[in-house]
Amino acid sequence: MLHEPVVEIGTDKAAARKAKLGVKMFIAYTVIYAGFVFIGLFQPESMGLKILGGQNLAIIYGFGLILLAIIMGFIYNYACTRLENKLNKN
Amino acid sequence: MIYEVSNWAIAIFLFIVGLVLGLSFYFARKTKSASGYYAAGGSIHWAVNGIAFAGDYLSAASFLGICGMIAYSGYDGFLYSIGYLAGWVVALFLVAEPLKKLGKYTFADALDSRFNSKHIKLAASISTLIVSIFYLIPQMVGAGDLIVPLLGLPHFMGVLIVGSIVIFIVATAGMTSTTYVQFIKGALLVVFSTILTIYILNNGLKLSPSENYHKFAQIEAIVANDTDVSVNDSTCSIMRTKVVDKNVFVKLTQNGVVGWFKLTTKDDKTVLDEMLYMTVSSNGEKLYNGAPKSEKKFFQVGHLSKIIVDGKEVDKSGPVGPFEFLKTIENSEVVRFSKKAFSDGDDKVTVWYQNVTKGENVMKPGLLYKLSKSAGASFWDRLNFLSLMLALFLGTSALPHILIRYYTVPSQRAARKSTIVAIAAIGFFYILTLYMGLGSMISGALDVESSNMSAPLLAKTFGIGLFSIISAIAFATVLGTVSGLIVASSGAIAHDFIDKYLQVEMTDKAKVTAGKLAAIGVGIFSIILGILFKGMNVSFLVGLAFAVAASANLPAILFLLFWKKTTAKGIAWSIIVGVVSSIGIILFSPTMFEKYGLVPANALIPLDNPGVISIPLAVITLVVVSLMTQKKNSTKDLSK
Repeated sequence: MLHEPVVEIGTDKAAARKAKLGVKMFIAYTVIYAGFVFIGLFQPESMGLKILGGQNLAIIYGFGLILLAIIMGFIYNYACTRLENKLNKN
Repeated sequence: MIYEVSNWAIAIFLFIVGLVLGLSFYFARKTKSASGYYAAGGSIHWAVNGIAFAGDYLSAASFLGICGMIAYSGYDGFLYSIGYLAGWVVALFLVAEPLKKLGKYTFADALDSRFNSKHIKLAASISTLIVSIFYLIPQMVGAGDLIVPLLGLPHFMGVLIVGSIVIFIVATAGMTSTTYVQFIKGALLVVFSTILTIYILNNGLKLSPSENYHKFAQIEAIVANDTDVSVNDSTCSIMRTKVVDKNVFVKLTQNGVVGWFKLTTKDDKTVLDEMLYMTVSSNGEKLYNGAPKSEKKFFQVGHLSKIIVDGKEVDKSGPVGPFEFLKTIENSEVVRFSKKAFSDGDDKVTVWYQNVTKGENVMKPGLLYKLSKSAGASFWDRLNFLSLMLALFLGTSALPHILIRYYTVPSQRAARKSTIVAIAAIGFFYILTLYMGLGSMISGALDVESSNMSAPLLAKTFGIGLFSIISAIAFATVLGTVSGLIVASSGAIAHDFIDKYLQVEMTDKAKVTAGKLAAIGVGIFSIILGILFKGMNVSFLVGLAFAVAASANLPAILFLLFWKKTTAKGIAWSIIVGVVSSIGIILFSPTMFEKYGLVPANALIPLDNPGVISIPLAVITLVVVSLMTQKKNSTKDLSK
């Protein structure tokens, strides 16, 4: 016997499009995250540059990565919910 | 450090523990089936599950470890917050929904969903067990650290108490009670961390954190030939000097009292600065600042030596806003406390000296992870940084105790929504860690013996009530996370190994009993490890758990979902190579060499975090083995 879920899960016609969207958003975030890591590796002095409101690049980029994850999460959920409502209706 | 025990602290601690146990009793009556024990019957609301995710994730490592690391190393500790949160992006965009669709109780169920392979069952159960135990160690270490100031008990008692309570919780009720414990704890942690941050901002920045803050002695010194130190003060007599890593430490008597000082030159003035020190004599006797611990000569530290507001030097800033707080620290000067250890005859001496650090260096990476050439960064230093950031990013969605939470909700949509609730709650909390860590750094809240206590001790500077609540929540944090980890571990042993791999015939009731017995075994083992690893920063230890998880589990999950040619043997071998390579690198790393009592610089592998080597190794193994074993068992694209 295989490992079926605890609760029955119906067919999701939006699954493929949601997966594609997920991969695209993952790549976008990964590029931005990699930018932070590469600045740390190759231009660490730049992290101390003041760029906005007296805050340095390290603070702006670090807070930005956290806030971006939250914002992208909401956008992804909105887009997925629309796809599910549209494609699973029929 | 010796702490005053408060009745308030004990009362609030007992209330929180009582609440947790009460919930367990309540849900124990409802847990009769295996699906109830391992997956809460798949009936948890997505919002509750989202906060419970946050409860699971915001473990001792986040609250105690990250805040402590920021308090001692500034922005480098915040790198953990950034990496831990970024890891949720992988979970949300790639893993959450497909995993919900594939699995039943455990992460191994999902991996094995298309193959029914014994190799996968065995490899996944071993990996789940190892990752969970790696994650359990820091939780137990954190519990021991917390219990010392909270109840005045020794470290090992904290580990024993947590272990016993959690074994009771898990052995009675399983995932349902764990979920609600995590929900309550996650919510309380975010709310009270916000309150603590408001206190920090309202308090502002002060040169002297409190009226009782220790005033460090300073003696004018005369130096010849770099290390030949003398003083003009007739009450002082130099006993000896010791040079350790270019630092000159001086042992002297002042009015008959022995002390260790550090030779410092600043503004053309040479002085001896008072240090904290601990001496362990050959007969094992420990003296703190020259006296037994009970005499309370050891004190909490952490202060600013210069505050600059609007270009002017001031004694205090008054209440500040969140951005002004960060900006003011960046423009000011912080006194950190750095540790060195050396021998003095038969005695082993550990000193913590004042390390005046420019605020601009505190607010960017570099104090813990050397990155710039000017700081002497080597190739391995940079690789360590890269490895850490890689492991944190890829580790979250490979943690078994996080993955099993996708099975507690009723649908894929609920899995996605609960992940987003988790990201919002966890992201907000991680921003607060920077304020709590920096607040500890400048508020005289540092116990130099344990970086893990920074946040609770910061709360203590604002009153015993806040300290009691924060500590009790932190303790509940450990209880909740350990419960989740033990459920995951017991699932790996009882469900994946005994039931699915060995195929022992069991009734549903017997499966639950097997899970509970496995939980008791793992709980006892984790108590022993928690005592052995005392003194290590819990966030550093969790970073290692992330590296093992990212190496062992993530390539298997992602390739199963997104590469059609993945085979059962490819997955199984990838997990084994990921586990063995990551643990092998950790065992031969500088940190473990220090733990073995050897010289860290002589470590066989000069890398503390293994991810940058072990993750690619696991990926290569999966691809090569899958290509070599292409038969009919290749899977379909499961993302569709």
